[in-house]
Amino acid sequence: MKRLFANRGLAFYAVLVYAFLHVPLLILAIFSFNSSKFTVWEGFSFHWYSAAFGDRDLIESAANSLIIAISATALATIIGTLAAYGLWKRASPLLAGSMYLSLATPEIVTGVSLLAFFQWSFRFLHFRLGMHTVILAHVAFSVAYVAVVVMARLRSFDPALEEAALDLGSNEWRAFQLVTLPYLTPAIAAAAMLAFTVSIDDYVITSLVAGVDSQTLPMVIYALARRGVNPMLNAVSTIVVFALGTMVLLSEKLRSA
Amino acid sequence: MTLTLAVPSAIIVADSFLTHGAYGGVERPFTLENYARLFDPLYAMIFWRSFWIAGIATALCLALGFPLALFIARSGARKNLYLSLVILPFWTSFLIRTYAWMFLLRDTGLINTALQAMHIIRDPLPMLYNDGAVILGLVYGFLPFAVLPLYATLERLDRSLLEASADLGAKPRDTLFRVMIPLCAPGIRASAILVFVPCLGTYLTSDLLGGSKTILIGNLVQNQFTASRDWPFGAAASIALMIVAMALLFAARRKGEELL
Repeated sequence: MKRLFANRGLAFYAVLVYAFLHVPLLILAIFSFNSSKFTVWEGFSFHWYSAAFGDRDLIESAANSLIIAISATALATIIGTLAAYGLWKRASPLLAGSMYLSLATPEIVTGVSLLAFFQWSFRFLHFRLGMHTVILAHVAFSVAYVAVVVMARLRSFDPALEEAALDLGSNEWRAFQLVTLPYLTPAIAAAAMLAFTVSIDDYVITSLVAGVDSQTLPMVIYALARRGVNPMLNAVSTIVVFALGTMVLLSEKLRSA
Repeated sequence: MTLTLAVPSAIIVADSFLTHGAYGGVERPFTLENYARLFDPLYAMIFWRSFWIAGIATALCLALGFPLALFIARSGARKNLYLSLVILPFWTSFLIRTYAWMFLLRDTGLINTALQAMHIIRDPLPMLYNDGAVILGLVYGFLPFAVLPLYATLERLDRSLLEASADLGAKPRDTLFRVMIPLCAPGIRASAILVFVPCLGTYLTSDLLGGSKTILIGNLVQNQFTASRDWPFGAAASIALMIVAMALLFAARRKGEELL
């Protein structure tokens, strides 16, 4: 049989597309070690890394980002897991539908709706935009990611196992805790890592709901990028990409475990 | 869950029918004027351009992604590794990946510097801050969205059908266009929607790579909520965007397809 595509040609094509996907970041990483300020290689140096660690804006915003991502991840993981478990026990087209919808909504729309919502609620509550609004916004958009990942795992869970635990005299909570939860743990861990990556990386929604005291790392990166290319930014990017990449690979491993 | 989505949406819908206040707030009376303004040639143009750019980016993603998905689906034992290589950039900072292209494309960026050093060009090519750069950034960002559903359908595709087509004398090109692509139609539709919807609402890519010249719906909405402080109009524009996204999703659902 004549092959539809010669396999070798297809492999060569794949190499090109993978290069397109990965080489730009690789180049960025290489040039982060360049001692020159310009796009000409002059020599190896850690100069831009020490500059980045010496920059107060960058360090402060990175700390903010970590606080936000950790709190949002914790909340979103709990809510998302419960939502997935609830949906598995009792189908709710409304809940499932709104979850898929929230994944498919363009970020900018989510951002402005949350902003309008916060401003409206400030009429009754004495709050202002700040870290807490950013955390709430992050919880709102990452819950759906968590629920989808946990739900995928629940599909392969045998309800008979939970029923067996109930028959053997445990109550519903104990059955969930001792039987269902351990089965879900890898998926929950994977989901938490994904929630963390989407939270720490978000710019569009965050920039809309952030207050003056809650600059996040992507916001500072964005502001620097808008002013043009900056070798310090190459160093920061390399650190972020490396850290997130490791986390995503780990999460993939857990998910397929 | 439903509440976290429903309440903010309800408020934005309400806002879109109100008048904007002198200090940027929202006031009564209720009005339809915000929606009428969307049909103003100036704004209609922005919508049209957004559709156009998102459409080209989607077509390119599909054209580039299809052979790659085919390659992964046929790669046997290494499948997981190749898939991870697609998924990895999908989860690592969209912002930083956009910045990487600024680093490559700008006037004193790597490509121009290299070409000048090789004496191929004298003056830098203006590669950044135009529609082409925006489309490139979108394709780069959303290619993984296109590959995953395509891969899922190609994986399930019965190869004996392709063999049958070849045995019956079809040329490879005919087999591709008349057998393979029609069989993969559900995956192609899912990919197209998954890419088109976020491209249509893009804000970051067009802002960083398109400069101030490329204003798309996303930038329009953001601008109304920040600099212009005309929330009702921004709300109306964002609802228009949402309606398009939802219409596409429901169209896909009616065909009984799982998007995720």
